[in-house]
Amino acid sequence: MAEIQIKNVAKSFGAYQALNNINLTIADQEFMVLLGASGCGKSTLLRIIAGLETATSGEVWIGGKRIDHLSPKDRGIAMVFQNYAVFPHLTVFENIGFGLRMQKRPNDEVKRRVERVAGLMHIEMLLKRYSGELSGGQRQRVAVARALAMEPDVILMDEPLSNLDALLRMEMRAELKGVLAESKTTAIYVTHDQVEAMSMADRISVMHQGNIVQAASPIEVYRNPSARFVASFIGNPPMNFLPATPAGAGKWQVAGQTLDGPKADKPGLHFAIRPEDMQQAESGLVATAKIVEPLGAHLLVTCQIDEALFRVILDSDTVVKPGQTLTLAPQADRVRWFDPDTTLAVA
Amino acid sequence: MNARVLPYVLILPVTLFLGLFFLYPFVLVAKQAFGSQEGWSLENFREVVDYWKFPISLRNTLLLAAAVVPVQLALALLMATMVSKMQKGRDLILYIWTIPLGISDLAAGIIWLAIFEQSGFLNSMLNGLGVIDKPVNFLTYQHPGVVFLAIALAEIWRATAIMLVILVAGIGLIPKEYYEAADVFGASKWKQFTRITLPMLRPSLQTALVLRVILAFEIFAVVAALGGTLFPVLMGETYAYQFDLLNSGAAAAMALIILGISIGFTLIILRILRVPKGASI
Ligand SMILES: Nc1ncnc2c1ncn2[C@@H]1O[C@H](COP(=O)(O)OP(=O)(O)OP(=O)(O)O)[C@@H](O)[C@H]1O
Ligand SMILES: [Mg+2]
Repeated sequence: MAEIQIKNVAKSFGAYQALNNINLTIADQEFMVLLGASGCGKSTLLRIIAGLETATSGEVWIGGKRIDHLSPKDRGIAMVFQNYAVFPHLTVFENIGFGLRMQKRPNDEVKRRVERVAGLMHIEMLLKRYSGELSGGQRQRVAVARALAMEPDVILMDEPLSNLDALLRMEMRAELKGVLAESKTTAIYVTHDQVEAMSMADRISVMHQGNIVQAASPIEVYRNPSARFVASFIGNPPMNFLPATPAGAGKWQVAGQTLDGPKADKPGLHFAIRPEDMQQAESGLVATAKIVEPLGAHLLVTCQIDEALFRVILDSDTVVKPGQTLTLAPQADRVRWFDPDTTLAVA
Repeated sequence: MNARVLPYVLILPVTLFLGLFFLYPFVLVAKQAFGSQEGWSLENFREVVDYWKFPISLRNTLLLAAAVVPVQLALALLMATMVSKMQKGRDLILYIWTIPLGISDLAAGIIWLAIFEQSGFLNSMLNGLGVIDKPVNFLTYQHPGVVFLAIALAEIWRATAIMLVILVAGIGLIPKEYYEAADVFGASKWKQFTRITLPMLRPSLQTALVLRVILAFEIFAVVAALGGTLFPVLMGETYAYQFDLLNSGAAAAMALIILGISIGFTLIILRILRVPKGASI
């Protein structure tokens, strides 16, 4: 059992506050992805869990044991580094077996465990090579194998696929997820690639400026973003926003249309909808098409509603010309509302 | 200009310079060493090797190198590791530690002579502490150990910094991530030193050791200042052949012998510390 609990963890570098009061619980065997833009503190949080960085305050627990005062090797973790950190002066075999050697395991056990994980990662034929003789993808496999060989309770990964090309990344994504699920370890995976996050995660923690804004399943994060930041960060293209003014109880005026909305007592809200949740209809929001991009599977149209840009994804058979006026109806159950003051979602 | 020719054109000035001021004199020296009245011969080599002082000076030179270089290596590694771990004041410490580099070897010998000679600091100190009641001359044939020790100390003091500088640069080139990985995978600080730092430092160790070993075989001024004729070394004998005995053929032969020993040790060092193909950083 390796449940991870992060309690009130904060970290500052001098005057700079890199993490503010992080609270997060990761279930045993869960695959948790930390997702956020560059500089939001993902690596810092991961390194605090690993013990490579000391938190300014707060506690880290793994498997019901407080571990933030322990050295990295006593935490039951293994890590895959962004630049792999595969030792250049050791063969692939010795790299994978490095941690086992440090634990002074007998030779035959090292050999057995190295060969097993090398098989899992499909690198049995590379065991005698040095890292200078490997491709980026192979080095990445060695780094994962080295972590798996430890049979850790928790495996930490900092953007392990970011140095690979797009095709290889997609391949490794699926493979990594399979291997980790099989090994039954709890995994924390840092990335700034939302496709990676959506496709791999059991749960995503969206981070922004040293805070965790939302921690939920991928579909929940996508459908029900808890804050405007999440809505505009997740999804490609992201959610559309339009200002809304009150028009009676539970009614809101959006771009000249009256829509059903929350019964909130606010001077204004933001109406939000995903581009694919708009359809052409008899009545709805009136938009002027600006840019039309046929993307094969569908048609991406960037239009203007009042002063705001607004993107919709339409069926690829639709014929739209720039300058044309579209009437777009939002799918009612997909409309979301955000409070402009707190930026939080309003139900 | 043709991109294949350009590199050679660019190194041409240096090549010419080295050819003129290194290769040409070297050929002259070789001609002198192998020449005699009746043409090519090994006469000069036979002469210097058969001389009774040759085995002694060879042994002294090797002994000194064997005593000094390992101590310097260990010290330089220790100092380089300490400097590399420092956050503040690192440059200052490095400057202070490298001061002896700015002093010529003869001056260094004289400084240590001032410590060990009869009216030197060591005598005053021992006298002041009451260990001895009258000044002792340490640097005589009665105290060969002290002479050796004084020379070794002076060499260590003078020339450790050159290794230090090379090793500090080398350690700085090792990416921090390797140590973090070693930390996570359970390597103690000592294991990190032996399993990460030392192997990844091999190129720098090669350079530092080759430089130091060659310089150790060329030791001359420090020995001249502290040991005089008490402690003959190869370079001192070469000097004596050239300027005291005016036998430049023998001096040239000695110089080539020293060169041969240096090349031999360089090859051994390069071999022992070689980095396998594909295993560099
Ligand atoms: N050792 C340090 N000293 C000072 N500031 C630091 C240090 N490490 C990180 N920071 C700062 O903390 C913030 C978070 O850094 P972190 O490396 O966690 O970002 P990240 O989310 O991993 O970004 P990326 O996706 O670019 O890797 C950044 O603004 C960074 O400049
Ligand atoms: Mg990072």
